[in-house]
Amino acid sequence: MSAAPLHARTLAELAAGLAAREFSSVELTRHLLARLETAQPQLNAMVSITAETALAAAAQADGAIAAGKAGPLTGLPIVHKDIFCTQGVRTTCGSRMLENFVSPYDATVVAKLKAAGTVMLGKSNMDEFAMGSSNETSHFGPVRNPWDTTLVPGGSSGGSAAAVCARLVPAATATDTGGSIRQPAALTGTTGLKPTYGRVSRYGMIAFASSLDQAGVLAASAEDCALLLTAMAGFDPRDSTSVDVPVPDYAAALGASAKGLRIGVVKEFFDTGLDADNERQLRAALAVYASLGATIEEVSLPNVGLSVPTYYVVAPAECSSNLARFDGVRFGHRCEKPKDLLDLYQRSRGEGFGAEVKRRIMTGTYVLSAGYYDAYYLKAQRVRQLISADFARAFERVDVLMGPTTPTPAFALGAKTADPVTMYLNDIYTIGANLAGLPALSVPCGFVRDLPVGLQIVGPHFSEAKLLAAAHALQRETDWHRQIPRLWL
Amino acid sequence: MSVNRSDIENIARLARLSLKEDEVAGYVETLGNILAMVGQLDRADTAGVDPMAHPLAGQTQRLRPDEVTETDRHALYQENAPRVEGGYYIVPRVIE
Repeated sequence: MSAAPLHARTLAELAAGLAAREFSSVELTRHLLARLETAQPQLNAMVSITAETALAAAAQADGAIAAGKAGPLTGLPIVHKDIFCTQGVRTTCGSRMLENFVSPYDATVVAKLKAAGTVMLGKSNMDEFAMGSSNETSHFGPVRNPWDTTLVPGGSSGGSAAAVCARLVPAATATDTGGSIRQPAALTGTTGLKPTYGRVSRYGMIAFASSLDQAGVLAASAEDCALLLTAMAGFDPRDSTSVDVPVPDYAAALGASAKGLRIGVVKEFFDTGLDADNERQLRAALAVYASLGATIEEVSLPNVGLSVPTYYVVAPAECSSNLARFDGVRFGHRCEKPKDLLDLYQRSRGEGFGAEVKRRIMTGTYVLSAGYYDAYYLKAQRVRQLISADFARAFERVDVLMGPTTPTPAFALGAKTADPVTMYLNDIYTIGANLAGLPALSVPCGFVRDLPVGLQIVGPHFSEAKLLAAAHALQRETDWHRQIPRLWL
Repeated sequence: MSVNRSDIENIARLARLSLKEDEVAGYVETLGNILAMVGQLDRADTAGVDPMAHPLAGQTQRLRPDEVTETDRHALYQENAPRVEGGYYIVPRVIE
C-alpha cells in the first residue's frame, strides 16, 4: 500500500484507498481544502473555494461507498475551471463582467462528474473568458507557477494546472481553444488532454470561439485523465456540436503497447524558436518510445506555420460574436446611471471586459467588418482547410504526431504582456490541433533549468484512447509526472 | 496593415465598447501589430480551396421531435438580471 501523503496520490490511488477504507472522502476533502486555503495567497489558483458543499458531497460519497454503491470516481475531489456553469455557485469566467453571476444550472460536464460521485472543491482561476496564455488576464489577479512563483503557470487553464501541480487537488477540468489545456500542463509538469472537437459536451461552458472550443482534463497522470474523460465524454442533445460516437472505457485501454506505434515527428516544430534544452528532453522521450518498439519518422506539415495568424482571425471573429450576448441587460455587469440604451451597452461592456478581451472583440469586429471579411476571415478559413489537410495526410502514414507543447519552459510574470503578438506565439505548436479539431495531449518529458517541459502528442479524430495509452506508456518508463515542487511536497 | 485612431473608434462603436483615451492609443498600436502578423496569411496560395467553418466534415444539424422539453424558468434566470420589474428586463427609455 502506498504510504504517500493523500495529496501526493493520483485519482487511481485515492480510489483504491477509499475502497479499502484507508481514509474517508470527508477526511480527504478536509485535507485538500486546507491545502487550497493555505496555497491561495501564494498561487491564487482559485476564484472560489466551496468548502461547505464539498464536505456535504464528500459525506454523501462516503455513504455510497459504505452502501457498496461506489463508482470509479465516487468521493474523489476535483476542481472545475470557472468557465463551467455550476448551479448555485458563482461562475465568473475570470471576468468582472460575471463577477456576481450565480449560474442557474450545471454545465453537462459538471452534472456528469457530479453524478459520477466526484466532490467539487471549488472553481479555478483562469484568463478572462479563456483569452490568454499566461493566466495574467484574470480579473481576479494572475495565477502563479508552483515551481517558481515569479513565473506564469501558462493559460488559460492556469488555475487548474497550478492546483494539480501543487497537489492541492488530484485533477481538474479545463478547456482548450488554442492550447489552454496543453500549454499550462507543459509549464507546470502536469498531464493535460484536449479531446476531439465534439467529444465532450460544451453545454454550460461559456463560449469563446465555437469552432475551436473543447472541454478536457488536467491531472497528474494519463491514467487519471482517462478516468475523468470516460465520465465526461459523450453525446449531449443540448450541445449542437456534440458528436454521437460511442465512448470507450479509456482507462481500460491504457495497457495498449507502444510496440509498432508509428510516430511522426513534426519537422516544422523543431525548425525555429524551440529552446535547445527543451529539444534535448523531447529527443530523449522519443528515444524511450523507440526503445519500446515504436517506429519514428519525420513528418512535414507545410502549412502549420500559418496556424497562429489563422487562429488570430478565426478566434477573435467568433469571440466578437459570442461575447455580444454580454449587453448589461439580462445578466452580468451593468454600468451606473446609463443615459440611454447605447450608453448602457457601451459602458457596461467597456467596464465589464478587461483589456485583452476588448482587444480580441475589436480584432474580430474588424476582420468581420464590411470590406475586410474576404481578405481576413474567408482567407483564414481557407488556410485552415490547408492546415487541416496537412494533418489528414500525415495520419495516412503515422498513428500519432509528436513534438513540443511549448517553445520554452515557463516565463516570468509580465515578460510578455506588453506585446500581445509575442504572447500569442506561445501557442505556435498547440493551435494546429484546434484548427483541425484533433485530440491532443501534453505529457511531462523532463526538466529544463529546473522547470518542467511537455511532449505533445496529437492523433486523428476520436483517437483519445491511443493518445492516452501512448502517454501512459511513457509514464510507466519515466517519473517526470511524479515530480512535485519542493514547497508543495 | 496599420490602423489609426478613427479606425479604433469606429471598431469600438461597432463592437459597442466604450474606451478610455489611453485605451484608444494602446489599441492603435496592438491591433496594428496583430493585423501585421495576420498579414502572413497572404503568403498562402488558397486558390480553389474551400473555406473551412467547422473542424468535423459532414456534421449536420440534428432534428428532434417537436415536443416541449424545457419548462418556464424565467424567474430563476432573471435572478441574475441587473434590473427586472414584473418579469420584464428594464432598460433606459428607447421611445420618447
